[in-house]
Amino acid sequence: MNKKKYDNEMKLEIMSKSSNEAFARITVSAFASQLDPTIEELSDIKTAVSEIVTNSIIHAYDTSDEIIKIHSMIEDNSITIEISDTGKGIEDIELARKPLYTTKAELERSGMGFTIVETFMDELKIESILGLGTKITMKKIIHNCEENNLESES
Amino acid sequence: MEKVEYKMYKILKESYMKIDFNEKDKLLKLKIDDEIDHHRAESLRRVADYEIQRRNPKKVILDFNNVFFMDSAGIGMVIGRYKTASMIGAKLEMINVKENIKKIFEMTGILKIIPIIEEECNE
Ligand SMILES: Nc1ncnc2c1ncn2[C@@H]1O[C@H](COP(=O)(O)OP(=O)(O)OP(=O)(O)O)[C@@H](O)[C@H]1O
Ligand SMILES: [Mg+2]
Repeated sequence: MNKKKYDNEMKLEIMSKSSNEAFARITVSAFASQLDPTIEELSDIKTAVSEIVTNSIIHAYDTSDEIIKIHSMIEDNSITIEISDTGKGIEDIELARKPLYTTKAELERSGMGFTIVETFMDELKIESILGLGTKITMKKIIHNCEENNLESES
Repeated sequence: MEKVEYKMYKILKESYMKIDFNEKDKLLKLKIDDEIDHHRAESLRRVADYEIQRRNPKKVILDFNNVFFMDSAGIGMVIGRYKTASMIGAKLEMINVKENIKKIFEMTGILKIIPIIEEECNE
């Protein structure tokens, strides 16, 4: 990691195995806990990470030996989480964001993943290039720690 | 034991679901004892469908008392079991759903067809 750009930073690479879904969300939520979030805020982060990592495992890759990268940054009272894969990519991002839209209905997917992330996090950015991969960036402001910060959010 | 039965028995033992069937009321209670994500959903789904199909209940209750985490995989899992239950004319209900999980179900509108019943108290 290069020079300090954030208050804290963490990088994680995992194989695209479904057993890593729990590992990823627990690790990121452990990292986030230094912001002293409420149980609800922590639960929101866990769910969001689970959604995005699962998407890479199910939609981006066909096999479980590919790599998913997770980069997490803490700045003031917010946590930013970037999750990227080098899989298939998303054809139509607008459509993918819509509730109930899924390309894998046969696997009992409901198409609610991105909608849940959008509701639980403060920001969601989806970047994707067909055939090259997808990068999701999401951010959550932790309100609980405002009182501990001298400069609270503007 | 027949081969299929044995295979199911193995899955049952490895899955995190407790089964309680009341023959008199034809009530099948499936108590989930784990987090529900994509990784876990598959075995929960197989056990639940197997039990629903062989017991032929009038009502199926999914008990979420020990479920502290669920993501969108849980929505698919519950809707799928609703379909299995409907095929044999059984109702599906949920009990003891934690707030963070209820929030997810509320986003989808499925609570209108698969209600959360409150009266049950935690054991
Ligand atoms: N990393 C990814 N790579 C390729 N396609 C993706 C990726 N993430 C999402 N998608 C596409 O976007 C669609 C919508 O994703 P979303 O998470 O909202 O729903 P889902 O995964 O299909 O269902 P659910 O999350 O409710 O189980 C997916 O069906 C898939 O087509
Ligand atoms: Mg998804």
